[in-house]
Formats: sequence, structure tokens, C-alpha cells
Amino acid sequence: MTAFILRRLLQSLGVLIAVALIAFLMFRFVGDPVNQMVGIDTPQAEVERLRQELGLNDPVLVQIARFIANAARFEFGISYQFRLPVTQLLAERAPATLELALVSAIFSLAVGIPMGVYTALRRDSALAKAFQAVSLVGVSLPTFLIGILLIYLFSVTLGWLPSFGRGQVVKLGNGWSTGLLTTSGLKALILPAITLGLFQMTLIMRLVRAEMLEVLRTDYIKFARARGLKTRAIHFGHALKNTLVPVITIAGLQLGSIIAFAIITETVFQWPGMGLLFLKAVQSVDIPIMAAYLMMIGFLFVVINLIVDLLYALVDPRLRATIGSA
Amino acid sequence: MSDPASKPQASAAPMGAIGRALDADLWFWFRSSPVAIVSAFVAVTLIAAALLADVLAPQNAFDAAQLNLLDGFTPPMERGMGSQMLFLMGSDDQGRDIFSALFYGTRLSLLVGLASVLFSLTMGISLGLLAGYVGGRTEMFIMRVADIQLSFPAILIALLIFGVARSLIPPQQYETAAVVVIIVAIGLSNWAQYARTVRASTLVERNKEYVQAARLMGISGLAIMARHVLPNVTGPVLVIATINLALAIIEEATLSFLGVGLPVTQPSLGTLIRSGQKFLLSGEWWILFFPALVLVLLALAINLLGDWLRDALNPKLR
Repeated sequence: MTAFILRRLLQSLGVLIAVALIAFLMFRFVGDPVNQMVGIDTPQAEVERLRQELGLNDPVLVQIARFIANAARFEFGISYQFRLPVTQLLAERAPATLELALVSAIFSLAVGIPMGVYTALRRDSALAKAFQAVSLVGVSLPTFLIGILLIYLFSVTLGWLPSFGRGQVVKLGNGWSTGLLTTSGLKALILPAITLGLFQMTLIMRLVRAEMLEVLRTDYIKFARARGLKTRAIHFGHALKNTLVPVITIAGLQLGSIIAFAIITETVFQWPGMGLLFLKAVQSVDIPIMAAYLMMIGFLFVVINLIVDLLYALVDPRLRATIGSA
Repeated sequence: MSDPASKPQASAAPMGAIGRALDADLWFWFRSSPVAIVSAFVAVTLIAAALLADVLAPQNAFDAAQLNLLDGFTPPMERGMGSQMLFLMGSDDQGRDIFSALFYGTRLSLLVGLASVLFSLTMGISLGLLAGYVGGRTEMFIMRVADIQLSFPAILIALLIFGVARSLIPPQQYETAAVVVIIVAIGLSNWAQYARTVRASTLVERNKEYVQAARLMGISGLAIMARHVLPNVTGPVLVIATINLALAIIEEATLSFLGVGLPVTQPSLGTLIRSGQKFLLSGEWWILFFPALVLVLLALAINLLGDWLRDALNPKLR
């Protein structure tokens, strides 16, 4: 077991270093960082001094080491377009993205699981078929179109909800700005959260349905029926519990993609989060922000994958056995 | 959008099954599935419209000389103020006929989708074959890179590739290079799934007698891979490719919508939707609605066809 954890940790570290290398290559060789920072009339001596100061004349290996060391301390340099430290820019926008991601994850679980259970238990009912059809359309409908559709319906036509922004936010003591405490903030959150969560919701629904159908066919469910247990107890006590293990895994893995897909949702709703910042950075080739965002998402994915793998090994005795013998 | 759970499990239909099914079976299954017939009809219509854009479109929507500013914002089914031309689906702010723009937009969307699927298919099959047949360190390396690619959302990878390409290509050449950049960006963000599937089938094929026989005859590894193993591992991958075509079209539309895809001078469906979004709040709904409708129809038809093909080739479901 210890060997497995160690090997897995080393693997994650390897992936992170690979991501850091890509980020560094972008940072160093895509466009000259100094050219972006100085004006046309800056004297050559000044440019040279700046290069020396930034360490761009050092050997590449030294630069890589320094880049990784800085990244570990969350230092990614100065943004070309904002002339502010990237870390500060990301930190200011992190609460908006994280709140959006959290609320949409809760939404997709709270709606997706019951829908999945229902479509599995009442497979032939009209409502279940409607859910199935909706989920198929949900997969074919791009996220940005869902967002536009919701805006058109609820903001333009009905005028119930705002079409852009975060509403009024409250600053908490530690610099975290939250939109969860004001009515306008909560109202502004509804449409983006649904847009972002809809795809995950259909995914969870299909998964729960498939797992549930599988579990309902197993012997222990038949046995539970033979014992004369109530249908309700069999479905929700026995079947659902065993269905949820893979669902939680997938939901955990999807958390990373929710944050990445937030780029699209944040653009549609002009939501002031990290995704919008990243997109603007891509459009104006602001490499420090791109590199920092890449590192951050990479870190997030690696950590989530690691936790899921370790949890699996902890929960599933069969897996533990194969790991122990390998 | 990539989702690990709902992705098609590489259906276990070897090449022989496809060949056999194409004779009569597939046609029979096709005729007995209304969903397949309708989606095939929609897909074929849209593809034909895209191919014949130059002949069928009433207006060359991207030749500025043919536009009349007085026609701007003509609602659907009305005549323009300037040219007195009938605008079936309305016109945009510059008097461009939406109906005509759709022909060209669909053509670009399909072109980018097909080319990027072909790109990732070629890359994934070659790398998967190599990994499965050669094994060892090569396999380790290829599969680790595939793992990394699969653990990041495709759209993020495509955005990064786009950002890098943008800074490497001078702005004045960018417009001509945009189509190639976006094909490569989408292609590079989707190859790993093919590589995994092909590697898995190659691992099985590698130990079969015909490969051993070929090896004994002294045929080179490259020739064995290309001529003997390849035909036996492409079946499942082609089914995945059909479904991925819809995903690639949506990915392109998303990138263009975000403003990092095709420029307004060469608008795909995504670019058209992006420019229509501006006018939605002021009530000119048709500029966005029709491109969005075509995009959804196209993606849905290809998705349904892919689903149907997967089921039809899977003997377990019959």
C-alpha cells in the first residue's frame, strides 16, 4: 500500500513537472517577455539591464529551476496587459469562479441523482422518456447556446434575472468577495450556475441510471426482494447506496472540468472570474496569466486524480489486493 | 466537451463485422430505424447545402460589394429597404443575408470538424499502433502523454494551442492561417482516445498467429503494423470518430464563439452566433437564432447517427 501511494505521488509530481515545463516554454519562448514590458523608445542599455534583472541571460536550466521554485510559491510574474502581479489578479477573481463552480456542482448532483434514480426505476414512464430525450439534447446543445437561451428567456423576455455580472458582492474579512449574501448576488448566480451545471447534470443522470439498472439486476437485490423487504428500502437503502460510489468518483473528477468549462459560462455572462481573465489573456497573448492558469488547472487536476485514486484503493478491497500483490 | 463516463466504450466490432454488416445487415437496420433515417436526411441535406454553397446561396455573403447597408436588420421573410431582395431569414447589421451566410458557415464548420477529426484519427491510430506493437518505453511514454491529454478538457488544450499559435504567427498573416490553426488545435486536443482504443486492440492482435507468421516471414515491423494489424484495429475507432465529429463541430463553434476561432471574415456557425449575440438584447433575434438552429441540428443528427451506428454494429444489442 505504501509503495502504491509513493508511486502514485511520484507520478503526480512527474505530471506537474511536465505541465510546469510546458508553462515555462510558453513563458520564455513565446514572444519575448522584455519586448512586452518596454516601450519602443526604451534605450538598449535599459533593455539589457531589465534582461539581467529578470534573469533572462542565465542558463536555461537555471531559469527552469527558478520558474518552478517561483511557481511553488505562487509567483508567476507581472501580467503584460494589467501591469499587476498575476497572483493578485487570479486571487481577486478566484472567489467568483469557485462560488460558481460549487453552486453548479451542487445543482447538478441535487437534480441529476433524483432524475437518474427515477429514470431507472420507472423506465417506461413518459416522464422518464422525456428525461432521456432532454439529456440527449443537453449533450448536443453547446454550453454557450444554453447560456444564451437562458438569457433570452429569463432576462430579455421575462426580465426576472440579470443577464450579466455578479450582482452586489460583500467583502469578507480575508479578502474573499462573496455574492451569496445579497439578493442580487444570488439572483445573478442562478443562470450561470444552471448553464455550467447542465452538462454535468445530464452526465450524472445517465450514470446513475446505468449504475442503478446494473445494481437492480444483482443477486443481493433479488435476495432482498425474496426476504420480503419493502420496495422503498430495497431501492433507496440497498441499491442507491451502492450506486453512489462511482457517481461520487465521477463527480469528483468532473469538478476540475467544471472549473475549466467556467471559461465559456463566464464569457457568456461576463462573470468576473478566472476563466474570463484567462480568455482575455489568450486573446491578447498575455503569457504570464496563461502560464499561471495552466499551472493552477494542472495542479487541481493532479490533486483531484490523486485523491480519487487513493480513495479507490482505500474503499475497494479488490483493488487493494491487486495493488498489494503488484 | 469530453466526458469520460458517457463516452462510447469501444464497441467490440472488428473490421470484418463492418464489412459483413455493410452488405445487407446495416442497410436493413437502417431502414427499420426512423431516428436513423431522419438524422441521415438532415445530415445529408446540410452537407449538400455546404458543398453547393456557391450555387445555392442567393448572395455571396462575404463579398462586401454585394452588400447594401440599407438592407441592414431586415426581419425574416421581408424585403430589404435597399436592394428589394427577399430575406428569407432576415439580414444582419450590414445587410448580409443570413440564409446565404448559413451555407458558407456550415461549410466551414463541417470542413474544420472533418479535418480535425481526420487529424486526431491519423495521429491517434499511428501512436496507438506504435505503442501497442513496439511496447516498452515507447509505449510508456505515449500512454503517459495520452493520460495527460485526457485529464485536461479538450477546450482548454485547444485554447492554449491557439494562444501559442497566435503569438507565433504575425497578425497580418493570421486570418489566412486561422483555419489551419484551429484544425490543429482541435485535432491535438482529441487524439488520445483513439490512441488508447487502438493500443488496446493492437495488444490483442499482436499475439495472434497471422502476426507471428508475418514476423517469421521477415516482414518489417512497419509493414506488419500498416498492412496486417491496422486493418484489424480500425473498426471500433471509426465508430468513435463519427460521434467525435459532432463534438469537434461543437468545439469549433465554442472556440469561435469565444472569439478565439475563425475570424469574422471567414465566419463558421460559431462566429455567426457570436456576432448575433450582440443583437439579441435589442430584439434582432434572427441573426443568432438561425445559425444556432443549424448548429444544433447538425450536431444532433451526427450524434444520433453515431449512436445508431454503434448500436447497429454491436451484436450484443440485437
